[in-house]
Amino acid sequence: MTTNPETQTPALEITGTPVIKIIGIGTAGVGLLATLNGPEFAGAALVAVTTDQPALAASPAPHKLLLEPRELRGLGTGGDAERGYALAEEHFTTLKTACAGANVILLVAGLGGGAGSGITPVIARAARETGALVLAFVTLPFECEGNRRCAQARASLDQIKAVADGVICLPNQKAAKLIDDKTSVLETYSISGGLLTEAIRGVWQLMTRPGLIQIHLADLCALVRDKNSEGVFAFVESSGPARSREVVEKLLAHPLLDEGRALNESDAVLVSLMAGVDLTMGEVNRVMEQITRQCERAQVIMGAAVDEAWQNRLSVTVIAAKHSQVPVLPADAPGYRPGRIAGRATPTPTPAPATNPLLMQQREQLIKQHAAAVHRKNGPKMKQEMLPLVTSSKGRFDKSEPTIHKGEDLDVPTYFRRGMPLN
Amino acid sequence: MFEATPNLIVGLEIGTSKVCAVVGEINDEGALNIIGLGQAPARGVRKGEIVETAVAEESVRQAIVEAEQMANVEICNVYLGVTGAHVRGFNNRGVHRVLSADRDITKDDVSDVVKNARTINLPKENSIIHDVRQHFLLDGHEGIVNPEGMVGSLLEVDVHVVHGVTNRMENSVRLVQNLNLVVNEIVFTGLASALAMLSSEQKELGALVLDLGGGTTNYVVYANGVIKHTGVFAIGGDHVSNDLGHGLKVPLSRAEKLKLEFGSALVDEASKGRTITITNEMNLPVKTLNLEHLQRIMSMRLEELLQIVRQDLEEAGVLHYIQGGVFLCGGGARIPHIAQLAESIFQAPVSLGQTNSISGLKSALDQPEFLTAIGLVKYGSMRKRKEPVGFLTSIQRVLSSILTQRLTH
Repeated sequence: MTTNPETQTPALEITGTPVIKIIGIGTAGVGLLATLNGPEFAGAALVAVTTDQPALAASPAPHKLLLEPRELRGLGTGGDAERGYALAEEHFTTLKTACAGANVILLVAGLGGGAGSGITPVIARAARETGALVLAFVTLPFECEGNRRCAQARASLDQIKAVADGVICLPNQKAAKLIDDKTSVLETYSISGGLLTEAIRGVWQLMTRPGLIQIHLADLCALVRDKNSEGVFAFVESSGPARSREVVEKLLAHPLLDEGRALNESDAVLVSLMAGVDLTMGEVNRVMEQITRQCERAQVIMGAAVDEAWQNRLSVTVIAAKHSQVPVLPADAPGYRPGRIAGRATPTPTPAPATNPLLMQQREQLIKQHAAAVHRKNGPKMKQEMLPLVTSSKGRFDKSEPTIHKGEDLDVPTYFRRGMPLN
Repeated sequence: MFEATPNLIVGLEIGTSKVCAVVGEINDEGALNIIGLGQAPARGVRKGEIVETAVAEESVRQAIVEAEQMANVEICNVYLGVTGAHVRGFNNRGVHRVLSADRDITKDDVSDVVKNARTINLPKENSIIHDVRQHFLLDGHEGIVNPEGMVGSLLEVDVHVVHGVTNRMENSVRLVQNLNLVVNEIVFTGLASALAMLSSEQKELGALVLDLGGGTTNYVVYANGVIKHTGVFAIGGDHVSNDLGHGLKVPLSRAEKLKLEFGSALVDEASKGRTITITNEMNLPVKTLNLEHLQRIMSMRLEELLQIVRQDLEEAGVLHYIQGGVFLCGGGARIPHIAQLAESIFQAPVSLGQTNSISGLKSALDQPEFLTAIGLVKYGSMRKRKEPVGFLTSIQRVLSSILTQRLTH
């Protein structure tokens, strides 16, 4: 592109395989990078960013970036997101350079601590400014980790949502459903880390593997670009003759999808199937039919890939995205303090989704104006909360174990599922 | 004063909508006689499984007390019915090679092959409720009832295994034990219903027993005199009420009443265009409902349920066995036109279940809801008959009867 170098977001040309960078932020993010450093992810540029010298030293990532101002003496942020944020702002240009040259940037972080919560929003913004598609994979802390960390993580998540194209968020508390009482702490964290890795792997396979029915990067972009979507994901696998039925069953019972409810609420669903050469169209059909039935109003994008080594196995990765209802927060406002806004919501009308650079500019303008307004008032703003208007059709079976038969929740009234009109 | 009879058999079914206890007695001729019946509305039970122990326990206590009073006995031990979505049945085959030189099949060979058939690879949290012997195969020849004394080299046996998740079955067992009752055995309720209803001729012909309960639908297929298939779906009358409540926008208790009063498994021609006015306690009209909608919602649910059962039978390859008939029991058997609906789906004659070869209270034997509990008693009586009465046991019985007489006088 030589014609217009001044464009706000110089979208990189996508030719052939996309250039993907995976950036791990904070101790958790850097730790997860280590699990991604295998042959499977060959071709990805791994970048580790943190404030903690020892953690960085242990990381196998080829590119390391230590954000170290003198006042921290290499001791990290001390769990303070504000410090992490300020620090990242200070190194904004360095971060931007690190992000440059990629089509897709995947951010991996555990929110709650100082580095993860503070730096991730800034990197997301820096990455966005280079024109790449930014997807963030983050975990939220367990409730038992304390109020401060949870609030810090929530605030950070809102900021990331405001700047990244898509956020896939794994609340650790939900992962807790996957474990029992006897699971050790170490195992628990490795399970939740493993889930996040699965999500990254799913997206990775989607973009890099030659598929029968390929999902192009463009599809992914169209799905998440500028929608500030918040996603949940699930990865299930099964083998044997009944695998297509089993994966659907597992998927609908998946705790991260709230037993299938998440599919129902989503606006866009991306389904990626992966199997051996014995994958039949009938199986693809069966899986897709059941999934699309669950999410009728969503836009569904599907892809199927074949791997020789996957004889007799079938895996399905589902990413269900809900367009964010969270107002776009003024992440780059002057005097912005992430810690302060934690705990109270600042309602703003969501600007219309920007589709071209001009609209983007307007949006940025709006954000800045709003930020200034918030800054001037600087007082607690009251918001009348709304009760969620959810009528459950399951009635008395709402809390009992669902009766799932061939992917259909039979607790939901039959007439309702069949769409019988009652006037 | 309560009499302690050794020939007392009690069946207890903790259903989703009601708890039912039936007391039976084996009279001197060896025939089973129903002498008492107790029931109480069940609370704390969903989809056939206990979700709230304390209130469920109270319901069981009521039912037991009522049965005790009616039969004028004291209940000490029960045969307990279990069900739930976790209960599954499948067929397994055991193989045994006859190694003796003359290839005569001995008692040991028979017991060995049965033992082989019973070693099944179940998930560790599951346990077997029943393993019912079906038929023996001798060198590939089917349909041998007792191979003992025959000649052959390869002996095989088919067994039908019903299993469930141990912990979930244990819940109801614990609850009963908390009431100081001994659980003789747990029995799959579908099997019990079949025992109560089917004659041996019907078992031979092939039949489907469909127990349409409040929270679950249990079914058993018999053919050639043996169990071929069993299954449970956690859908029942509760779902019908829930659908009505949701569709007609009335509270659940009202939906329950509407179901009993106006429900139908098929949409009546006569009810098209008709409306029902529901009134409050003061007899003032509250709401007007379309009767056709009510029946359509209900018929859709029931049709779906029966279709699912049919599909399952088809997948298990037993659909062609049920030409002998479909036998309905449970509260769902009372729904008007249910037989008609079932007939159109299963393409077989449908009849409402009735007990056979049991005498006793007319009021109890006629009700489709009590068939399962009666079947539990029948199961118990079959178990008792099998018990060999040895010399020692008979002495023990005489002694204990003398002892109790002494104590009571």
